[in-house]
Amino acid sequence: MIGQLIIEGLAIGACYGLFAIAVVIIYKTSEVVNFAQGEMAMLSTFIAFHILNYYHYPFWLAFILTMAFAILLGVLIEFLFLRPAKHPSLLGLIVITLGAEMLLMGLAGWKWGAEQKEFVVPMSYQVTHEPFQGMIINDWAIAVFVTSALVMVLLFLFFKYTKLGIAMRATQQNKHAAKIMGIRVERVFSIAWGFSSLIGTIAAMFFASRSTLDPGFMLEPFLRAFAAAVLGGLMSIPGVFIGGELLGLIENFFGYVWPEWKPIVAFAVIVLVLCFRPSGLFAKHYVKKV
Amino acid sequence: MDMKRDYFEDVQLFESNVVLFWSVALMLLLFAIPFFAPKYYIFLLNIVMVHVILAVGLNVLVGYTGQISLGHAGFFAIGAYGTALLMLKLQIPFVVAILLAGFIAAFFGFLLGLPALRLEGPYLAVASLGFGLAIMHVIGHWQFFGGRTGIQAPPLDIGIPQLNASFILQTDAQKYYLILVIAILMIIAARNIMKTRVGRSFVAIRDSDIAAEVIGINLTIYKTLAFAISAFYAGIAGGLFGFVLGFFDPFTFNMILSIIFLVMVVVGGLGSIAGPIMGAVLITYLQYSLLKNVAEVPVVGDFLVTVSSRWFSVMGLENINSIVLGLIMIGIVIFEPLGMYGIWIRIKKYWMTWPF
Repeated sequence: MIGQLIIEGLAIGACYGLFAIAVVIIYKTSEVVNFAQGEMAMLSTFIAFHILNYYHYPFWLAFILTMAFAILLGVLIEFLFLRPAKHPSLLGLIVITLGAEMLLMGLAGWKWGAEQKEFVVPMSYQVTHEPFQGMIINDWAIAVFVTSALVMVLLFLFFKYTKLGIAMRATQQNKHAAKIMGIRVERVFSIAWGFSSLIGTIAAMFFASRSTLDPGFMLEPFLRAFAAAVLGGLMSIPGVFIGGELLGLIENFFGYVWPEWKPIVAFAVIVLVLCFRPSGLFAKHYVKKV
Repeated sequence: MDMKRDYFEDVQLFESNVVLFWSVALMLLLFAIPFFAPKYYIFLLNIVMVHVILAVGLNVLVGYTGQISLGHAGFFAIGAYGTALLMLKLQIPFVVAILLAGFIAAFFGFLLGLPALRLEGPYLAVASLGFGLAIMHVIGHWQFFGGRTGIQAPPLDIGIPQLNASFILQTDAQKYYLILVIAILMIIAARNIMKTRVGRSFVAIRDSDIAAEVIGINLTIYKTLAFAISAFYAGIAGGLFGFVLGFFDPFTFNMILSIIFLVMVVVGGLGSIAGPIMGAVLITYLQYSLLKNVAEVPVVGDFLVTVSSRWFSVMGLENINSIVLGLIMIGIVIFEPLGMYGIWIRIKKYWMTWPF
């Protein structure tokens, strides 16, 4: 039973971790907390749902098309909504992303309605394996583990060795210096949004195939992913992923003991972590300069 | 433009006789509305005024103290449930119950203010968002609060039933007068708070909390106080809202409602009293009246129905509500960060020196 809880927790935690990485990529490059992250991913997942159910394309083709759409959506939102705002305040940025969230949620509701839909992926939740005695793992969890490992490795290689990844790190460290060195900072922002939208969409497809698909289905996963990001420190990608795994485990064990209070675990984690260690478990302490 | 020459000029309620005249005219109009407006509009106005109370309170927190809250639907829910349950279960008179509910909300505001001492910006936004969601879940899961099905508000009795002094408000017009009086009192109170030592401390914290601390403002007291005051307003507004609706469930107070509250303040204009009032009126009108029945608007409605049946779904047309709200939010930050109050100031400035 314990092993089962651990595997379940790690699998859902990996989803939180993936989604938290999407939040962190934007936060790291442009210091915007993107409240529309969940809804961007939701809209892309609906596109995948539409391609699968109305055009009956094979899953992998639908997946590739959805990824292309997700990147485009991320770039578009940055270009249309965030770039025109000149020197916005922190509250202004939050309001813009919240506005984008409402907009996307409304669009999805207008097109597909509010009723819950089933999002079917080839990696079924029902097909299970039992590699060891008493440890049942299903196809969905395997897919989550493989995908998240792949994403982590690719991100590591990307930030370490590619020119674009280095430019993104430079932008994060000092925007003005990066600009002087010839990096097109605005373009880097757009690319970061596209990237983050892509990773968020992968996570959202896992969430949707586990539960159901409706215009509001990413509201709570977003909060949990943010809790994971806070747990990991909002700055380091591996830290955030570990934060996601921790949150998944905490939530699963807590949910096993008190099932009805499971939804507020994430909130409790956010408040506790922020009260006792605001910079997260894995980040260096950050001191504000006057 | 507005030069203040002594302290009395700064604190007086009406700057000049012109302002006094128009204020009195507005009051007369507001008190006369139930005599000629249709019944539905009275109901709408009740909701508008409840939202005005809340927006003015939220502005104390967001506009004057510079803290962000995405959890005000939680305080709103505490007010609504607190008032209704105190009256139903303990038979407390309305006036005492709503005040108690306001203070319970203020206490929760104080609690939320504690982590706010160490958080800022996006962290605080998410923590408060989580607070709002947590309140919704707790109410939804606890049978004591009526669970997911919601509860029925008791009859609105503003007298004291124990002393045989019952005075039950039944029609929307009667409730309108009650809410109007409370709203005016709360708005004047908010304005006066901002002219005191406490209000000036809030503004100092907004401008720079480190500098404020250096000149001797106790951040712990004043930040939590700002949360408590703002939550108190939300609690009172929630208590009234319960009676306006008559029946409510936990999902009335969802996260979208918190966002809408924040939008009222931002669209109206941060850091003023008139701003949130204008914002609350506009957003509530859009939400509850114009966009809810957008298909019946003359030209635009037909066009939207055509678009819906061609590319979208006619069933989902009500979502135009959140689309327009989202566009307003984005547009106001990009084009008019000061909100409607900023537009008003600009018009006033232009006419002051007109024709030069």
